[in-house]
Amino acid sequence: MSIDAREVGQIAHLARLAINAADSEVHARNLSDILAFVERLSGIDTAGIGPLAHPLDMTQRLRPDEVSEGDLRERFQALAPATAEGHYLVPRVIE
Amino acid sequence: MHDRTIAELAAGLSRGDFSSVELTRSVLAAIDQAGDLNAFITVTPEQALVEAEAADARRARGDAGPLTGVPIAHKDIFCTEGVRTSCGSHMLDTFVPPYDAFVVERLRAAGAVMVGKTNMDEFAMGSSNETSWYGPVRNPWDSTAVPGGSSGGSAAAVAARLVPGATGTDTGGSIRQPAALTGICGLKPTYGRVSRYGMVAFASSLDQAGPMATDARDLALMLSAMAGFDPRDSTCVERGVPDYAAALGQQDLAGLRIGLPREYFSAEGVDPGVTRAIEEAVEVFRAAGAEIRDISLPNTELAVPVYYVIAPAEASSNLSRFDGVRYGHRCSDPVDLEDLYKRSRGEGFGEEVKRRIMVGTYALSAGYYDAYYLKAQRVRRMIRDDFARALEEVDVIAAPTAPSTAFALGSKADDPVQMYLSDIFTIAVNLAGLPALSLPAGFSGGRPVGLQLIGHYFDEARLLGAAHGYQQHTDWHSRRPGAEG
Repeated sequence: MSIDAREVGQIAHLARLAINAADSEVHARNLSDILAFVERLSGIDTAGIGPLAHPLDMTQRLRPDEVSEGDLRERFQALAPATAEGHYLVPRVIE
Repeated sequence: MHDRTIAELAAGLSRGDFSSVELTRSVLAAIDQAGDLNAFITVTPEQALVEAEAADARRARGDAGPLTGVPIAHKDIFCTEGVRTSCGSHMLDTFVPPYDAFVVERLRAAGAVMVGKTNMDEFAMGSSNETSWYGPVRNPWDSTAVPGGSSGGSAAAVAARLVPGATGTDTGGSIRQPAALTGICGLKPTYGRVSRYGMVAFASSLDQAGPMATDARDLALMLSAMAGFDPRDSTCVERGVPDYAAALGQQDLAGLRIGLPREYFSAEGVDPGVTRAIEEAVEVFRAAGAEIRDISLPNTELAVPVYYVIAPAEASSNLSRFDGVRYGHRCSDPVDLEDLYKRSRGEGFGEEVKRRIMVGTYALSAGYYDAYYLKAQRVRRMIRDDFARALEEVDVIAAPTAPSTAFALGSKADDPVQMYLSDIFTIAVNLAGLPALSLPAGFSGGRPVGLQLIGHYFDEARLLGAAHGYQQHTDWHSRRPGAEG
């Protein structure tokens, strides 16, 4: 599987990453190398073998549906680049 | 004063040979003098001295444990309340967490004194510490060589005897490989043994925190403090924590069944000096009465390709949280929301992180999910089952930690696949979720070689016991850079 500069642009868009046009060729080459390297997996017979998501085959623990955290909004929003009146600010989305 | 093991420092503190404040001042001076290593991203002298005073007061009250007053460093991936936690990234250069990670909380509760945050590959993605936004760390054995990664700063700080112990994280070898390349000990516990609350996520089905120190006893002391149940990490296993240090002396190498996976000794591109050192280490175990067996892990060579599908896929999901809105870097003057996301992420992340996000995004995208991610998870099960079969016959598995000793700075930086292959012997352990440690086992060309011991799930005590037993017969762990090669 080989990736070209145009596909790098599509992948970068899906990942919401701004990529310098000048770097697209290098990314294309690196991604192609990595995909070629993992390509060998396609030749492995995995018939009847289920995917392993957790090495110990455990499932997520459930907890009672109870409030366990206090309201720390001010503390958390102090980390944000832009807030006002308890809201996170982003560029206008709805005209 | 400070360049001794944790156990020795604890004994000195308890005898009153020195106070924690004196010890901490000595450590801070050593860190200051070793600036060229670039092992630290942030040093916290004022806070450290406050903690040291508190530790001395606690000792005066008769309430000291084995870590009370001992200076340690945390990898800069663990959140520290009020202290910048960068994860080696421009993205988090100004991020000051509002809470402590579980591991930080626990070591603080044990009375350990945090002297600073160590350098690391950006978001723990790297095997050489060269992807850090704060610049590479130098190997204390040779300043032209890398210390390994991603916990390269912690490894270099311990190897240079700046601190007796440090925390690390291991997703594909990030504790063990730098421990091997710098001649120290590092333990990756069983998946779920140590809570990851407050540890910046990379690949959630693989990430695990662990200790780095100069000998097995110190690893045991640190792990006893770090392990334990925490409901805030849903993967953390509810299971009692043994007194690992007390268990060290109860084990005998005689009768210990050690498996040598033939695939790890016949792999291409392994430095002959590494193989020789490992074979000599195995002879030490044999001479002490261990039973050595040949075993096979037939899918070994598939581990790196599996990892480089699964880890980037999980990373692309985990790192989607860095959006320039809630915390972290935000680009200036975004024209719209998409521009805000794209430029904040494009500017905040370095090249290797972007590369992995793109690989992961591709592997998870419509039409490719089955061929890459699901396929990799199926092969992952085969790798896990190989270990399960092998461990029915042996107590521990011994192998090299890394295929070479520390390599030159810059030598692999432009070739991602070559860099990925430096984790060829460590990655399978993460895929299987098993515990493993690396310990010093000699030198090749003047650079340290690491021996890896892999154990059964939750059998950290036996791994530490085996390492401790080996260290009763050898002194590689007490060799230090600058003294000899």
